[in-house]
Amino acid sequence: MERLEILKTYKIFIGGQFPRTESGRYYTPLDKKGQPLANMCLSSRKDFRNAVVAARKAFGSWSERAAFNRGQILYRIAEMLEGRKAQFVEELVKQGSTKAKAKQEVELSTDRCVYYAGWCDKYQQIFSSVNPVASSHFNFSALEPMGVVGIIAPQTNGLIGLVSTILPAIAGGNTCVVLASENSPLCAITFAEVLATSDLPGGVVNILTGTEKELVDQFHSHMDVNAVVYSGGNAEHAKVIETGADCNVKRIFIYEQDFFKETAESPYYLTDLQELKTTWHPIEQIGGATGSY
Amino acid sequence: MAKTKQEKTSLSTNNKASFDFSGGWNYSPSPESISHVKLKERYGLYIDGKFVAPESGKYFRTSNPATEKALAEVAHANEADVDKAVKAARKAYENVWSKLSAKERGKYIYRIARLMQERSRELAVVETMDAGKTIRESRDVDVPLACSHFFYYAGWADKLEYAFPNRKVSSLGVAGQIIPWNFPLLMAAWKIAPALATGNTVVLKPAETTPLTAMLLAEIIHESGLPAGVVNIVTGFGDTGAAIVNHEDVNKIAFTGSTNVGKIIQKAIAGTSKKLTLELGGKSANIIFEDAPIDQAVEGIVNGIFFNQGHVCCAGSRLFVQESVANEVIRKLKDRLDTLYVGDPLDKNTDIGAINSREQYETIQKYIEIGKKEGAEMYESSCSLPKNGLFIRPTLFTNVAQSGRIAQEEIFGPVLTIQTFRTIDEVIQKANNSPYGLAAGVWTDKGSRIFNLTTKLRAGVVWANTYNKFDPVSPFGGYKESGFGREGGLHGLGAYLKMER
Repeated sequence: MERLEILKTYKIFIGGQFPRTESGRYYTPLDKKGQPLANMCLSSRKDFRNAVVAARKAFGSWSERAAFNRGQILYRIAEMLEGRKAQFVEELVKQGSTKAKAKQEVELSTDRCVYYAGWCDKYQQIFSSVNPVASSHFNFSALEPMGVVGIIAPQTNGLIGLVSTILPAIAGGNTCVVLASENSPLCAITFAEVLATSDLPGGVVNILTGTEKELVDQFHSHMDVNAVVYSGGNAEHAKVIETGADCNVKRIFIYEQDFFKETAESPYYLTDLQELKTTWHPIEQIGGATGSY
Repeated sequence: MAKTKQEKTSLSTNNKASFDFSGGWNYSPSPESISHVKLKERYGLYIDGKFVAPESGKYFRTSNPATEKALAEVAHANEADVDKAVKAARKAYENVWSKLSAKERGKYIYRIARLMQERSRELAVVETMDAGKTIRESRDVDVPLACSHFFYYAGWADKLEYAFPNRKVSSLGVAGQIIPWNFPLLMAAWKIAPALATGNTVVLKPAETTPLTAMLLAEIIHESGLPAGVVNIVTGFGDTGAAIVNHEDVNKIAFTGSTNVGKIIQKAIAGTSKKLTLELGGKSANIIFEDAPIDQAVEGIVNGIFFNQGHVCCAGSRLFVQESVANEVIRKLKDRLDTLYVGDPLDKNTDIGAINSREQYETIQKYIEIGKKEGAEMYESSCSLPKNGLFIRPTLFTNVAQSGRIAQEEIFGPVLTIQTFRTIDEVIQKANNSPYGLAAGVWTDKGSRIFNLTTKLRAGVVWANTYNKFDPVSPFGGYKESGFGREGGLHGLGAYLKMER
């Protein structure tokens, strides 16, 4: 007798848990042949707000982790991704990719995780500075994460786009709320499962599925979101986000590009989501002891 | 004779009591001479290397807030004037400035720095007359810092390829820059120097209440031989600024000013390719721990909030004192307040000058009323104020609620709110409980605590055991609603460069 396959229920990812949308709604993205891919959660405004609360809660401890530890966790993400390669390839193919292209996308995504894992304890040395002020002060500038970052992932390339936008945010100590590709959301949720098993603390990455149209206003209008990365490819939505960002002077970054390219990985994606803090500290000046030791 | 004797006796017996300055603390007047300053009756716009009358045909008066008497008439640029300035800047960018070698570009900026130093006394006096700030401040802080800003960025012009690893950098084009009235010349320097060093041309608008040093700077720039159109200075009001922001041929907007206007600008340029940096308001926390050197901290508090009449975006306007030393700190602070000399900004003894404008004077008075209505306890210095001009006594509020408007909103004047705390966690939460994030101060003897706090305070500049220090090499700018982008230092270059791989 033929065995009945167990179908996967795709849920959303908030605070390290996999709840269903509080709205109880779903939508059904279709594959190339017009067949349903799965029933996906149609996330609501309330889900978004819950995700921001989870991300804010996780921010303090995640941003204070040792950079080395963040690097280890990001490397662990790569290990988990590699282990689920077959599943990701299968999902990408379902979403319309060819097998060869899907394999390339999964491998590139894994390598990109390794790339950003390596940056965790290095970008600070490259982009911070000691500033030779004219007064008797030790003055230095160091990078700090912005806080909660809203990310709207690219519509195409369900995995590499997701990895390329999430990883630089969390490598620098930010936490994020991500809206997955509307039509290719399968591997976003599988990626959430990877994150959930990678020692990444709950709430650092939160992933929602649903429509950009419904949620775009939440990204720019939420007062506890510090920055938004938009790579959904819809110029109108990009402008809506930029226009609404003034409510709390959000930092907005519009990334439009082919995430397969090498240029899609760089420490500058990481520093985009950093604030620069300058600290002044007096240096004692005691007469008599001049420089010639 | 008898009276004198009596006074002497009371002085000697009062030796151990707290100081009593109620009898006055008088200095002989020591005014800076203004004889070497020759202001014109009327200033035009500086466009395309020429001082020209505005197309608008309109002029407005700028006055000395210490006397409220007019100093000069200044052009009110309209859209047509701004368009002319942007066209001149574009032409200079395409034909001259972008073609010049980086080394030559740098040398022009050095030249401007030197000419400013030569005319520094004149600049300081005019700054004091137009802005109301004390001559000691404009002479020792504003003008030297403005000069050194040009000097610092001049040297970057031919070294840009070292600033951003693995990136090819290039200039943006025309930078539109709008600056505030609290540090008129210094802000002009903060804006123009990095823009020129990175190869951009400039249209700058000074604030309507303080346009004069910008016009002197235009004269200096003119004298330096900088090619026509590289720097254009257009005076005017908010409508002039809006014309710059909305001009289609401007590639970059740099704004320093209020958060409200910053938000309008952010909205206005949404969907355009204009690059933006915003340096906006603040409500910065100044935190005193019980182990701090209290006398130094009191000086730091005074400098933090009363420097430049409190017209400082990063002013330490929210004071947090650990409960165990609160009474001592507040008592010493009140004593110190009474010794502050409020008066003629041109007098070298003066600690606190005039409020910049009548509008700002009224805003501050409004907040003092709000503070009283909110139930906070007010204390103001007993000092006498000049009969004329816009002056406000240094003012403290104790028993301030965290939710109070005077503790949450930027007053931009000599008004300090005081709150107390018990634990570090408490003070971090209170300090960060603000939409702003520009600066903070921490006073403690314990090094590890300083670094604990500096990493937890969500602010762009943190001063440990000091306050209100500035330097051209030191990046400045805010978190959250205090704006984005940095000015000063290597990081200040990024705002004016396109970066490619």
